[in-house]
Formats: sequence, structure tokens, C-alpha cells
Amino acid sequence: MTMLPPPTSKKLGLVIDLDICVGCHACAVACKEWNDGGQFGPLPDANPYGAEPLGVWFNRVHTYEIEPKEKGAPAMTVHFPRSCLHCETPDCVTVCPTGASYKRAEDGIVLVDEDKCIGCKLCSWACPYGAREYSEQRGTMQKCTLCVDRIYNESFEEIDRQPACVMACPTRARHFGDLGDADSAVSKLVAERGGYDLMPEMGYKPVNKYLPPRPRRDGCAAEPTPAQEEKVDFSTSPLLRWIDKVLSR
Amino acid sequence: MRPAFSVIFFTVMSGCGYGLLFLFGLALAFNPAVSGRIEGLVQLGVGAIFVVAGLLASTLHLGQPQRAWRAFSQWRSSWLSREGVASVASFMPMVLIAGCLWRGADATTLRALGALLAAFAAITVICTAGIYTSLKAIPAWHNRFVLPGYLLMALLGGAAWSWLIGEWTGGARAQPALIVALAIASCVLKHFYWRHIDAATPASTIETATGLGRFGRVRSVEAPHTEENYLTHEMGFQLARKHGKRLRNIALLLLGPCTIVLALLAITFQAPLHWPAACCAFAAAILVTAGLFVERWLFFAQAKHVVMLYYGGARMHDA
Ligand code: SF4
Ligand code: SF4
Repeated sequence: MTMLPPPTSKKLGLVIDLDICVGCHACAVACKEWNDGGQFGPLPDANPYGAEPLGVWFNRVHTYEIEPKEKGAPAMTVHFPRSCLHCETPDCVTVCPTGASYKRAEDGIVLVDEDKCIGCKLCSWACPYGAREYSEQRGTMQKCTLCVDRIYNESFEEIDRQPACVMACPTRARHFGDLGDADSAVSKLVAERGGYDLMPEMGYKPVNKYLPPRPRRDGCAAEPTPAQEEKVDFSTSPLLRWIDKVLSR
Repeated sequence: MRPAFSVIFFTVMSGCGYGLLFLFGLALAFNPAVSGRIEGLVQLGVGAIFVVAGLLASTLHLGQPQRAWRAFSQWRSSWLSREGVASVASFMPMVLIAGCLWRGADATTLRALGALLAAFAAITVICTAGIYTSLKAIPAWHNRFVLPGYLLMALLGGAAWSWLIGEWTGGARAQPALIVALAIASCVLKHFYWRHIDAATPASTIETATGLGRFGRVRSVEAPHTEENYLTHEMGFQLARKHGKRLRNIALLLLGPCTIVLALLAITFQAPLHWPAACCAFAAAILVTAGLFVERWLFFAQAKHVVMLYYGGARMHDA
């Protein structure tokens, strides 16, 4: 059914820390690897060893450069993983004509039922975040499942019941948890660090949150401060005065 | 957005078909004796062929066409599903009218069925437009010009074909004067639509997409992949932007001046000769349909999807 469920109390999702992501793409590779063999796989590629491979990935890592507002301040580089945000009110679900695209009432995870999807691609048009990719080989739409086949998997140790991307991240820039529970570790992290929504103007209410980069020691990502010239008094020593003159040339 | 031929063919042909059926249904509702048996059946038949051709073409766009029947199930939330339901439902009055024309029926029945057909035709086109207007991620479609555009283009296409069929069968038809009015209205609407999509300030920017605008101006330095992916292929279509101006002028020329001149010529040379009007009607149907194809191609090709903000940092309105 593609009607949205009533607001879910449990909101499973990810919190991504842009301050420490180093852009290594480990999460994206781990995602592809797990989901190729997981319950929602395979994720076949066209022309995998050719000049122009093309295939579905649920997670993509962009890199941006930010030109600071303040003139002359150093530019900031931010690595930016992008995947399904498991939105609370997403049109990707409601536009689906078949009922293949749905949001789970129990935990808010947004999924595609592979057996119902007719591959009309409309849901991918409705997603502003580019989280859905169509598989030419399978003729259906594919997307991040929040590793629903890991997080409830009782054959795994408790500690492994997390999405593959979260497990793989070498800098721990990715956190998984219940964002509907104000006392959960992820909710606290969001509150503490000012976690925010992507494109809030779309009104999709993403569950996943992004943590902004912290102010840097070199001054980028900080409030602009006027540059000051250091004042030194050389008048007492002729030698120092001479060195200053030479060095200032 | 990538202009898929199957989808363009679907929206243009089913639009023309429903425009034709709408006008025919309306004519019957007002005057049940408007059309003879054969003339009426030809109008219905051509409308049905256009609609069926459009629907078949649309299934070519699907990855799993054998499951297309599932698309009738989600009419409570999905405009695409509603479109499917409405278009299949519209075959009911079509078949009934065909039966009545064939066997003869009383005026009231024909009137009612005509009104029903017109209503279903209009509803189907409204649903088609709804598929596009409901997509917030594509500002060029999510605006108030799109629904009237679909309705008007369907009427214009339908009227041009109705005129042609009427000329050749001698039955009821859309009058050339109506076509002149529709052509003018279409051009005016398209002009305002294009002005709107060119000028509207986008709500989303690379800064809101990444949430990094608070630090300064954001620029993409590295995409996640070196080759194309589904998103850049489907939503990063660039080709049209180069020839956009020229193609817009071609669409306007075909839908406006060409059609108007042909209709006026037909009005001038009506009696006593029959063939000049028939030739004008033939040319008008072809040119209007061609104009609609160009217009629809642009409707897709010039629509930008906000996801492209994540790539390359293209502002929504850098053409
Ligand atoms: S990110 Fe896209 S695919 Fe995921 S729930 Fe939101 S709109 Fe749907
Ligand atoms: S591509 Fe599949 S999941 Fe997406 S809208 Fe179409 S039928 Fe639904």
C-alpha cells in the first residue's frame, strides 16, 4: 500500500557526521557488497569490467568545497555521503501506482517490494535526494533498506546488528539508531551537535540527520574575525631593527 | 529530465485521443442527433485507437510490463494509478455509445452517455497532468501552468483531429473557429509557462541540498562516480538546453500561426468547393500533432530535477 502509515513512533535512521567523514567510500563499498548478496540483492552492473560500468549503488559519497563568506579565509572540503533518508512524509511512496514502494509502520523504514514493482521509475522522480536507482538488469527500482536484513537478524551477534555502512566506517562518522526516541544515543548526538535536515523546504521530513563540520583550528568554519597585524617594538635594538628591515623586504 | 520517446508518445497521443472523445461526447450531450452512425463510429474509433496506442507505448517505459495490471491498485494516493483507472473506465461509455450508434438508441441515453464520455476524458487528462504536477522535486512540473497546459493541448490536438475526421466523413466536427481560439490560448499559456520556469527563483540550491550554506558558497569538486549512473542519465539530460530557444519557437509556430492560417484559409474557402478545407484540415492535424510532440519533448528535456544540485552544483536556472 502506498498510503503513508500514521506517524511512526520508532524512526530508525542514520546520523552522518560531516566533521569526521574522510571521503574514503568504505561505506558505499560495504553497502554494495552486503546488498549484492543480501535479501534485496543482487545489485548487478552493466558492463562491470568495461570502459563505462553502470550499476546500482544505495550510497554515494560526494565531495564539496566551500568558499567561506570571509575573504581570504581558507576553503573547506567536506565529504558528503548520500543515501535514502527514510523520510517521514516522502512522495516516493505515495506516487507509486503498484504498492511496491512502502513505508513500514513499525519502524519507518522505506522499502521497495521487488515482486510488485513494475519499473515505472516514478518514485525515483519523486525523490529529491537521488536515493533510488533503477536497475536495468532487474527491471525494478532499488534503494537503501537500512540493512533491514542485518538489523533484525538474530543469527548475528548483537553488536553486528547494524547497517553495513555503519560497521564499515573507519572514522565512525556514521551512527545508527532510533531517532524517534529522544533518549537514544543518536537523538542526543543530534541535539548536542545541531544535526540538521537536507532540503527541509521539500517537506519530506527526513529521518536521517547530518552533523555539521565543527569550527576548524585554521579558522575555517568559524565566525569571521578581523585579521590583525602583529605589533612588535624593535626600537630598543639596532640589530633587531636591521633584521626586521631585511626580513620585511 | 530525459525525454523518453515512449512517454512523450503516450502523453501526446492519449491527449489527442481524449481531446477528440471529449469534444465528441460533449457534442452528443448537447445534440444527440449530431452524428450519423458511421461518422460517429469513426470519431469514437480514432479516439480509441489514439488512446490505446498511447497506453501501449507507455508500457514500453516499464521494466516489468507484464505486471502493469498492478498499477490499478493504488488510486488512493497515486496519480499514475488514477490515470490508469480513469483511462480504462473511459472505455465503458465508449463501448456503450458505439452500441447505441450501431443499434439506435433514444436521445436521452445518448445525451447521458455523451456527457459521461466527456467527463471521463477530462478526468483522465487531469490525472495525466497530476502525475507531473505532484512531483515537488521537479519545479518545472510542480506549478500551476501544467494542468491547464495538458488540458488545452489535449483539446487543441483533439479539435484538429475532429475537424479532419469531420471533413472526410461529412459528420460532426470541431469548427475551424474553435481551433483558432484554442491555438491562440495554447500559445499564450505556453508563453507564460516558459516565462515562469525561466524566471522562478528556486527554493532549493546546492546550499540547502547539502545544508552547508551557513559556511559559504558550496561547489562540487568530486562526484561519487567517474562514469554515468542512473541519476545523471535519467535526470541530468543536457542536450535540449542548447537548442531550447529554437525548439520553443518551432513549437509555437506549429501550434499557433501555422494552425491559425490553415483554419482561416478553410473558413475563407468553404463553399462551393470541398477539397481546400479538407486539405487544410489534413495539414492542421499533422502540424498540430507535430507541434505537440515538440512541446512535450521540451516539457521533459527542459525540466530540471533538484537531485542534480548534488552533482556539479549546477544552479537550477543556469541554462
Ligand atoms: S530519501 Fe528519497 S527514497 Fe528515501 S524516503 Fe526520502 S524521498 Fe523516499
Ligand atoms: S518504479 Fe516500482 S516502486 Fe517505483 S513507483 Fe514504479 S512501481 Fe512503484
